[in-house]
Parts: sequence; C-alpha cells; structure tokens
Amino acid sequence: MGHVSTASPVEVDPTATPEQDDITLLATPWVTIVWNDPVNLMSYVTYVFTKYFGYEKKKAEKLMLEVHHDGKSVVSAGSREEMERDVQAMHEYGLWATMEKQ
Amino acid sequence: MSGFARHRKSRLVIANFSGFEADLLRSLASQLVELLRNERAVPATETDPLEAMLDFSGPTEEPEDPVLARLFPTAYPDDPESAGDFRRFTESALRDGKADAAITVIDVLEDAGLPPELTEEGLVFDVELDEPTAETWLRSFTDIRLALATRLEVEEGDEEYWETLPDDDPRGQAHDIYLWMGYLQETLVDALSH
Repeated sequence: MGHVSTASPVEVDPTATPEQDDITLLATPWVTIVWNDPVNLMSYVTYVFTKYFGYEKKKAEKLMLEVHHDGKSVVSAGSREEMERDVQAMHEYGLWATMEKQ
Repeated sequence: MSGFARHRKSRLVIANFSGFEADLLRSLASQLVELLRNERAVPATETDPLEAMLDFSGPTEEPEDPVLARLFPTAYPDDPESAGDFRRFTESALRDGKADAAITVIDVLEDAGLPPELTEEGLVFDVELDEPTAETWLRSFTDIRLALATRLEVEEGDEEYWETLPDDDPRGQAHDIYLWMGYLQETLVDALSH
C-alpha cells in the first residue's frame, strides 16, 4: 500500500528480533553447580536430580557420577533468578550447591 | 529393623521400628530442631503478623557453627554481596523448612506408638508414610546425617579409621549411628524409587 501512517503510536523496529535474542542470551548465562560431599548417598543425589529437575534416570545418574568423580557438576542453566531458585531447592535437599556466571 | 519398603497395595512406605531405634531417631531430630531454632543469626523478636511478613532482615553472614554452615552453604563463593543477599532472602525459610521436617519425623514416630518417655522394653511398631511424608523424612534424614558427619568430621574414604576405634569410644558409637541412619536412608530412597 505504500502509505505510512503518521499517527501510529507504535514504531516497529526491524532490528527488534535480533535484539531480543541478545537479551535472551544475556539473561541466561548462569549455572547451578552441585559439589561432592562425603555424606550424601549416590542413590539420594540421583533421586533429587530426577525428582526436582525432572531429569531421566540416565541423565541424573550421569550428573551424579560427575559430582562423585570430578568433585562437581553443572546441573542446570538459566537466568540468575532461576538459578537462585535451583540453588535454594538443592539446599532444601541438603546438597551443597553454588551458582556462578558461565 | 530391616529398613523401609513400599507396600504393594497401599503404596505406603513402611518400616518396623523398635522403641529404642525410634527413641534414638526422635532424639536426633529434636537436637536438629534445637540447633536450627536456637542458633538464630538474627534474634527472634515478638512482632505482629503483618510486621513479621514485612520483615526481610534475614542473616547475611555464613553461620559460625560448622553444621549450620554446611546446611546453609554460601551460594555465591566469589561474590560476598550477592551471597549476603541470597542468604538474607533464603536462610530463614530454609531453617524453618528443615525444622518443620524434623518435627514431622518426631510427630509421626509418636503417632505410630512411641511414648513421650520410653520405659517399656521390647516395644516394636510400624511406621507408615504416604509419599509426601516419606519425602519429608528423606530430606530430614539428610540433614541429620549432615549434622552428625560434620560434628564427627567424616571424610571421603575414612571407613578404616572408624573401624580401628575401640568399641567403647563415643565417637565410634556416634559413627555407628551415622552409618545406621545412612542404611535407613538408602532403604527409604529405594522404596521411594519403586
């Protein structure tokens, strides 16, 4: 139609989509780390990963073994707020969890 | 005591306790409640409910007691300011949750037949847990085991050390209780996973 409305209150910026992608990327560089401890049972740690994160048993066991053998494992990633929720939940379960920017 | 098992029909998680075992578990859970309630980083003051709702002044420093420091780890190891904020907004709720869980353990044991003072010899009874209660027990067992292990300074691969302690060593006896709690918890995880 070629006609540009002068009264339009909303200007659509053609670069908005890439900018939003940048925002999404910036908002999700945080990770939750679970550290090894000599107390928590391997079966319990696996149970917590399946129950809280909803991970399949195979994935939960892989993460648990990483914690056990490597001393730590990144168990989730997301926004800072999401990771604070995950760390708090891990503390509820008695797992030693911290968070950091990736 | 053969640990917890899931009952096929009712789906309840059931364990048989002797009075002695139940009394021991109650005592450990009570000690945890006491630690969580007494060692408050911020003094509890009488306030009206609205004031309490609006009070965000939780602790910001890591607890001095090593058990509490383990139960409430520092979330941001390299950022003291964020760590303090996280603690202020989470530690009080975590403390209450852990204390409530330990109280649930005590209440269930008493409802199942543990008298306030254990005098009767040979007392034995079943504890039957629905799934949410079993989950609460599972978390509280973790807290109790973390507390025992922190006090005993349990380390990875130190099994031999504990075996060399004489039978009458109180630390060895406490470690036996820690192992017993671990066995109970293992059967509880297993019952909940099936």
